[in-house]
Amino acid sequence: MPESSLDKDICSSSECRTPPLRQFSQSSLPLHRKSYMLSTFCTEQNVQECQSHINQEVSSLGLQPVWTESGSSSEMNVVAVLNCMYDLIQMHRRGLRSLENMEVEQLKSSGNVDYLQLTSTRLKEQLELSKRENTGLLERERQLQLKVKSLQNCLKNEKEEVQKLQNIIASRASQYNHEMKRKEREFNKLKERLNQLLIDKKEKKQAIDVLNNIGRADGKRSLWKTEKTEAKHEAEMYKALLSDYDTRQRELLLENAELNKVLQQMKKDMVSILSSKKPILKGDKYQDDGAQADSEDEEEVFDSSKESVELYCVHAREKLTNSIRLQWRRLKSHVERLDSQASLAQMGGSRNNDAVSQETHKEEMDRLKLEIQQCKDFIQTQQQLLQQQLSSPCDEETASLLSDCYMLQEKERLGDEWKTLEEQRTIFERERRNFTEAAIRLSHERKAFEEDRATWLKHQFLNLSPFPDSKKPPMSKSKSAFLISETKASATSAPEKLIRCPSGTNLPTPGCVPHTSSTADLYRTLCLIPENGATKPKRKSDHAEESGVFFNGKAPVRHKQWNDSEEHSSHTKEQNSSI
Amino acid sequence: MNFSEVFKQSNQLCKVSPDGKYLATCVQYRLVVRDMSTLQILQLYTCLDQISHMDWSSDSLFILCAMYKRGLVQVWSLEQPDWHCKIDEGSIGLLSSRWSPDGRHILNTTEFHLRITVWSLCTKAVSYIKYPKACQKGIDFSRDGCYMALAERRDCKDYVSVFVCDDWHLLRHFETETQDLGGLEWSPNGCVLAVWDSCLEYKVLLYSLDGRLLSTYSAYEWSLGVKTVTWSPSSQFLAIGSYDEKVRVLNHITWKKITQFEHPATINNTKAVVYKEVERRPAVGADDLSLHNITIGTTLFNTQSKYEICPPPVQIPVVKPDPDRANPKIGVSTLAFSSDSRYLATKNDNMASVVWVWDMQNMSLEAVLEQCSAVRCFQWDPRRPRLALCTGNSKLYLWSPAGCVSVEVPTEGGFQVQSLNWHCSGDSLILLGKEQLLKLTETQRTLEYTSGLPSHTHLAGNV
Repeated sequence: MPESSLDKDICSSSECRTPPLRQFSQSSLPLHRKSYMLSTFCTEQNVQECQSHINQEVSSLGLQPVWTESGSSSEMNVVAVLNCMYDLIQMHRRGLRSLENMEVEQLKSSGNVDYLQLTSTRLKEQLELSKRENTGLLERERQLQLKVKSLQNCLKNEKEEVQKLQNIIASRASQYNHEMKRKEREFNKLKERLNQLLIDKKEKKQAIDVLNNIGRADGKRSLWKTEKTEAKHEAEMYKALLSDYDTRQRELLLENAELNKVLQQMKKDMVSILSSKKPILKGDKYQDDGAQADSEDEEEVFDSSKESVELYCVHAREKLTNSIRLQWRRLKSHVERLDSQASLAQMGGSRNNDAVSQETHKEEMDRLKLEIQQCKDFIQTQQQLLQQQLSSPCDEETASLLSDCYMLQEKERLGDEWKTLEEQRTIFERERRNFTEAAIRLSHERKAFEEDRATWLKHQFLNLSPFPDSKKPPMSKSKSAFLISETKASATSAPEKLIRCPSGTNLPTPGCVPHTSSTADLYRTLCLIPENGATKPKRKSDHAEESGVFFNGKAPVRHKQWNDSEEHSSHTKEQNSSI
Repeated sequence: MNFSEVFKQSNQLCKVSPDGKYLATCVQYRLVVRDMSTLQILQLYTCLDQISHMDWSSDSLFILCAMYKRGLVQVWSLEQPDWHCKIDEGSIGLLSSRWSPDGRHILNTTEFHLRITVWSLCTKAVSYIKYPKACQKGIDFSRDGCYMALAERRDCKDYVSVFVCDDWHLLRHFETETQDLGGLEWSPNGCVLAVWDSCLEYKVLLYSLDGRLLSTYSAYEWSLGVKTVTWSPSSQFLAIGSYDEKVRVLNHITWKKITQFEHPATINNTKAVVYKEVERRPAVGADDLSLHNITIGTTLFNTQSKYEICPPPVQIPVVKPDPDRANPKIGVSTLAFSSDSRYLATKNDNMASVVWVWDMQNMSLEAVLEQCSAVRCFQWDPRRPRLALCTGNSKLYLWSPAGCVSVEVPTEGGFQVQSLNWHCSGDSLILLGKEQLLKLTETQRTLEYTSGLPSHTHLAGNV
């Protein structure tokens, strides 16, 4: 639309060159459209026309005229023009908006149309399909009908067949029966004939060969057949029958009496039940229609029951059965009522108003409740007592028990450690003692050694003569002295340690002495001494001592101990563990 | 249980005398009479030919031996061993022979049911009854021995003749409303005669002694009908077994059906106890083959069986009868009331290995005994509610309300129990094998019953 309008605008612009009057002759609608091109629409010459034209146009649009004719001047009322323009713009806007709306609506409707077309095609398809189906069904129905017809025909045929067969069977049966009868007759005739022949036959006759006749089982003689015997037989037969009937009747009577007794008992029970219930249920009963007749019936029933014990006549029986029936009905209704009551009571809650023995029921309930209360109290006190008994010792004990549970292992381990510690300490004590002794001995021996050396050196110095062998034997005597001197030498290198030393270990054990003081060692040390001078060999000997300690298997610790002897007391534990 | 030694017999001919003192057996053409308690031979008689039928007279004084092929009957006296009697039916032939209830007459049915010859041992007199009907059970004596009912066929109609046995006086003669009379039976009190039609029609008629029709009963039409009819010893019930696998029980007052017992293939009844015989071969371990066991002998090689109680539902093996053959093997063919009329034992022919025991007080199924093989014969103890049955193997089975037990017959060479007979005291049983027999006496030994009581405790019953 807008494009077409544009086209029109363009073409109109070419036309616009022509004076507006010509345009006037044309339809007013294109003019209205061309109002945008005011610049070309209005020229200096045709201002008046334009004015009037615009006035006309504007008034036709229902707006205030731009120019007031009264003035008839070419003065333009600016306000009016602006208003008009504004109105026009508004109008234009409105028009655009409505156009937009229209477009949207159109779009929508076109969508709708599409959808509707789609649905219609679909529906058409469905219709087609259903039509086809319908025809199919119709065809099937027709076929089925045909089938039914054929089946009906079949059935009819079958029925006819059955009828025919039945007829055949019947005819055959009759034929067969007839034949059989004929055969039987023939057979009978044959039998007769055979009989006759056998009787006539002479050579092989029936015979009985008895040594001597035996007597009858009952010992009597057989009687002649007379009418009397016949009558007797009849009489006996009837007697037997009669006796049978008699016994049967007696049995029935007995049974009847028994049943009667049962009935009576039942009736009595019913009556007693009903009468006991009467006072309670009176209210209920009077609601019933036939309630008034009840009491009368009761009496009547009672009387008849008394009579019927003796009377077995029809009347009495009728009465009895009637009364029983009545009672039974009543009992039934009563039971039904009770049932409904029970169900009601169940529905309503635990409100058990049993009609049988409410008071006793209540009493029983109270008693039971009391008992329950007592029992509860009893249980409570018991519980309390138990709690008391348990609670006081329980707290500590349980705690200790618990902790025991957790700490037992720890404790045990600790105890073990303590014990080993203790042992170790005693061992250390002993060793210390040994050490002190050894130190004492050492000091003694050192003194001796010093003296020995002094004498030896003196000897050396004094006689550097070529007969040293003569002096050697006395030297070998102080074998142990060498070792001690070594330790002493080390001790001298660290004098402060030596002081501590006595309280240390049992190093100079007698077992290690022979080892370290082997002759080889001895000689070695002896050779070393002249090499390094007087002070040096002491250190070497220290090494030797170390090796000796190694033999004891305690060397590293010992060594350390020597160094750390000051902290000995505080570090006993570590040493123990390493030991 | 005390088993006697095994004796020979032939044709399953072995009968205890009515007084219970003697045991008569036939071996080929010899008749052996033994003392019942000691089984010592008392008498030995030799007949003219192989004996085909043997019977005691009611007073236990005479024994009848019939040789049907020869048309001969020989009678022996127990009191006078040298007394003899021989009845020759001649060329007319002999079909069956029986004692009259007084034990002084013999009734012989000739071939083709031509007639019944009544021979008197007292007078040697002979009399004939014509037109006897050839049927399932055409002749019956009342329990007290006074009357004999005989089915007759004259002019293609069925008749019943009632005779006074005393002097063979014809007491009543009446036509019955049957198409083809199948059988008749007196009630134990001798006052009612039950007459039934052949299997083509279900019809039971009840006649009074004087020939009045008391009642007619028919359960259904068209299909095969009555198979067997039995009175309860109390004359209170009449049980009718039929081809539809049901037993109908009539009462003696209204002659209407009071109940019907069905024999379903699946037992869902929770109240009934189902005993199932379970066979197992004993496992023969090395230690079982000790000398001791071998000396014990045959039982080692026999299968052992015991009863197990099956919880319902129980499926019972059913054999479908061939519909094309006559006398189809279906329906209740055997009925037996216990002596106290409390229980009824039945057997349905297409469930041949099963015996059903019904409680007549509650009119309900009491027990079902499912055997491994087909039941040959069952019989109630004449004194107690105890049922003995056999299935043609080497075992005897006993049922009582207390439970069920199977007893192995400890004989060598495998004694196959074909049939059994209770002694009238109920203390002993005669077991008949194919060619042998033995007596089984009750001792104070206890047998372990498989009990069907709710507690499932094993009761030890005195057997």
